[in-house]
Amino acid sequence: MKRLLLLLLVAWLAGPPASHAQSPEALKALTGLAVDDGDKREAAVNALGTSRDPKWLAFLGALRDGNVYARTQGKTVEVVIGGAKSTRGDAELIEIASAYDRKPLGIVPVSSLTEIAADRRLRIAIKPFLDADETRAQLASPDAETRRGAAVKLGHQADAGAAAVVEAAIAREPVERVRHALREALALIRLAHGEAAVRILAAQSLGTLHSFDAMPALQTLAADAGASPAERDAARQAIRQIERWSLLVRTVETVFQGASLASILLLMALGLAIVFGLMGVINMAHGELMALGAYSTFVVQNVFRARWPEWFDAYFVVALPVSFVVAALVGVVLERGVIRRLYGRPLETLLLTWGASLIIQQGLRLWFGAANVDVSSPSWLSGGFALMTGLTLPFNRLFIIALAAVSVAGMYWLLFRTDRGLAIRAVTQNRGMSSCLGVRAGVVDAVTFGLGAGLAGLAGAALTQVGNVGPSLGQNYIVDSFMVVVTGGVGKLAGTILAAAGIGGLNKGIEPALGAVFAKVAILVAVMIFLQRRPAGLFATRGRSAEA
Amino acid sequence: MSTYSRRDFLKTGLAAAGAGVAVAHGFPSIIGAQGKDPVKIGVLHSLSGTMAISEVSLRDVVLMAVDEINAKGGVMGRPIQPVVVDPASNWDLFAEKAKQLLLQDKVAVVFGCWTSVSRKSVLPVFENNNGLLFYPVQYEGEECSKNVFYTGATPNQQLIPGAEYLMSKEGGAYKKFYLLGTDYVFPRTANKILRAFLLAKGVPAANIEEEYTPFSHQDYQTIVGKIKRFSSGGGACVLSTINGDSNVPFYKEFANQGLRSENAPIMAYSVAEDELRGMDTSALVGHLAAWNYFQSIENANNKKFVNAFKEYAQKKGLPGGAKRVTDDPMEAGYFGVYIWKQAVEKAKTFDVDPVRKAVYGQTFAAPSGTIKMHEHNHHTYRPVLIGEILKDGQFKIISRTKGLVEPEPWSKYTSPDKGCDWVKHQGTYQKKA
Repeated sequence: MKRLLLLLLVAWLAGPPASHAQSPEALKALTGLAVDDGDKREAAVNALGTSRDPKWLAFLGALRDGNVYARTQGKTVEVVIGGAKSTRGDAELIEIASAYDRKPLGIVPVSSLTEIAADRRLRIAIKPFLDADETRAQLASPDAETRRGAAVKLGHQADAGAAAVVEAAIAREPVERVRHALREALALIRLAHGEAAVRILAAQSLGTLHSFDAMPALQTLAADAGASPAERDAARQAIRQIERWSLLVRTVETVFQGASLASILLLMALGLAIVFGLMGVINMAHGELMALGAYSTFVVQNVFRARWPEWFDAYFVVALPVSFVVAALVGVVLERGVIRRLYGRPLETLLLTWGASLIIQQGLRLWFGAANVDVSSPSWLSGGFALMTGLTLPFNRLFIIALAAVSVAGMYWLLFRTDRGLAIRAVTQNRGMSSCLGVRAGVVDAVTFGLGAGLAGLAGAALTQVGNVGPSLGQNYIVDSFMVVVTGGVGKLAGTILAAAGIGGLNKGIEPALGAVFAKVAILVAVMIFLQRRPAGLFATRGRSAEA
Repeated sequence: MSTYSRRDFLKTGLAAAGAGVAVAHGFPSIIGAQGKDPVKIGVLHSLSGTMAISEVSLRDVVLMAVDEINAKGGVMGRPIQPVVVDPASNWDLFAEKAKQLLLQDKVAVVFGCWTSVSRKSVLPVFENNNGLLFYPVQYEGEECSKNVFYTGATPNQQLIPGAEYLMSKEGGAYKKFYLLGTDYVFPRTANKILRAFLLAKGVPAANIEEEYTPFSHQDYQTIVGKIKRFSSGGGACVLSTINGDSNVPFYKEFANQGLRSENAPIMAYSVAEDELRGMDTSALVGHLAAWNYFQSIENANNKKFVNAFKEYAQKKGLPGGAKRVTDDPMEAGYFGVYIWKQAVEKAKTFDVDPVRKAVYGQTFAAPSGTIKMHEHNHHTYRPVLIGEILKDGQFKIISRTKGLVEPEPWSKYTSPDKGCDWVKHQGTYQKKA
């Protein structure tokens, strides 16, 4: 029986595709699906699946999704594929097409069909056929990441039959990291199925490929009493190689993660450092200014989506300056409107900005709703840069590190290389004397505050790429921002930078060992102890806040 | 001074309550139309604060069910009058409001709560005053109260089937499990049960990893790095009880570091359609979730339910309007009202004790199919579904249990000696070995 089936299969494979539909076996298998007998239905699926005919595989896909129906016409039962459904009056209608070549067969009432339900057993039978097909299709996909994913999957499955497919794929693969994954998959397959000599070669190549995926297989081989000493040695050698590499990867990874967290903290704290440090205003609305920046990004995104969908990826480039300007304008209004009347009274300013933060927050809630809003990442900020085997640096985090660096450099340039910066520093150090010398202190105040607010807006825009956007966004970040500024020492940009780097690095250094919850606690304790020792922060301050 | 002001407060409170009753009786038209007094029910969901995002939808479906029932003549000829209170995501206020509903408003039944901590906070109030609460959210189990009916899933109706699916050949035969959750009671208990289940199924302890993050955690770099190493060699999956808005950064980081759902899928227990509203779902597509109901279920009841809710949201001018979606807790909240109605009609009274007994074994054609209340343990027989997240924030159903799954408030993996029975026993009892 089995041989007969095999013969039939060979006949199908050899024949031109069109003959499949007409072949009585396929049709017979098809009618086997419509009967109420689990064994027969499974046999039918196997018969159709082993044909490897893409059209039958597509049919199996439809069967798994529950789109296959049996239509009884007189005494014959026909298996059809259901399409779009519609309703006319009370009757529910459905488009149907033939099982093999999907010839449309018209629109019929759903009630005239019986669904061929793909129960669990049937779905299990279908899965390997579709998976094999899917992986093959993915290997030919134009998207490199999809190809790489398929290669990794083939390696995990380590199916002997796939070796030839993988070899062929290596030969035509243009992208290095995909080729790397394919070579890894091939070595994994050979390690699982080859002769002793092949396995030694495979183990060696896995070692040089730094394949983390091979670790479990290599460990089994190294401990396998049945394997030859040479094989075990090769496996152990490879494991050592991979472990050394893993240590390197982890170190680089932790450093990068620390840098990423530090850059986010720095971006958040930079605006606050200017407003709090240079002007002595405890700006509790700083977080809400960030939220304004984030919502500006959201609005810009929506405008692009509606108006220029073909330029959608560019929206973020536009959103950055827009967020800066929106937050800066609100900042200037806030400063000119109320804050300037309360200079030198830090407690009142604190209450005032707290009130302003509540107003902004509630305003956002009323305007945009209480739920979080959805900000999509542009495609150039999705995914990551494969730095080395086993380490991918996400683009969004790389971008934020660059943005933080640019912002800091910009601030330094502005404060120390321009006249406007000179004026800001002068007013900070001695307001009265600066005014006497003709610096318009009021304008300088407004500009400084606007600058700080704008930087908050910029941070908000950046945060949309790593976090959520909701009305309470500001509250989530304000504590961290203050922590950085206070630890760094009020009034010194260098202190803020150092504090951000220290807190970010420490957090990421602790987290792998002790977990996210404890890392947060440890950071707070460390900051508390540090401030006990040095109440003024990393760098002592000079300026208006010191006089007050 | 403080005593005085408290007394003062009490006085005002009573006066206000009196005014409320007066107002309630000031509508002869409603009463006259039906010829009978309306019966009051309580709705105890947070309408402000952090939980409002989830709980407001539950209030909406309960009120919709009430409208539907009133339009068809009410319960035993009496219209339902809902008393909606706002416990504002504040656990103490939950108990206070529950007391107010039971003692001042004298409601026949209360529909409410979402978080386990809020339920624990109102539990003594309902037990001491013999009230009746319908609780619509999947939870960690280990509870068996005489005064609560649990219409959401117990662990064996969601957690275990989700893990079982991933272990099955069809689900991908995964062998390594990363249990990841937000740090509070549900994920901790859920992971305790999951771990016991996995160990019982022969998964070695080295293949199970457990990790927690604080609420609204955003930086998942380290954890995703760990998962990546954990998943090397294949056969690894993530069982996630991450709550609320931490999910977006987590899934984003997961995708950005090069992990894909084909190689390491995430099975989520706390991500439903309502949470996916207003999320950028692109990074979530292809990952899985286990629930007892999905909006995408195809049957006539569900179609009616979904359309009715969209219409209701539009008609009442609720935010979101016709774009609103339905999800598992909403379905549970909705059919809870009908179960109560049927029980009242069977008991022919609104009194708590007879109604409670009448609830046992009630069935109802719910949107997820016909469900059944348990005969003695106060929970609900429900089907279990596994769905795959789609781009539009809906789920493609990829697996569904054949029939209904019996609820087990005490998981047989962590508390094999305990059972819950209000007919032959007094609630939780020790099973004989």
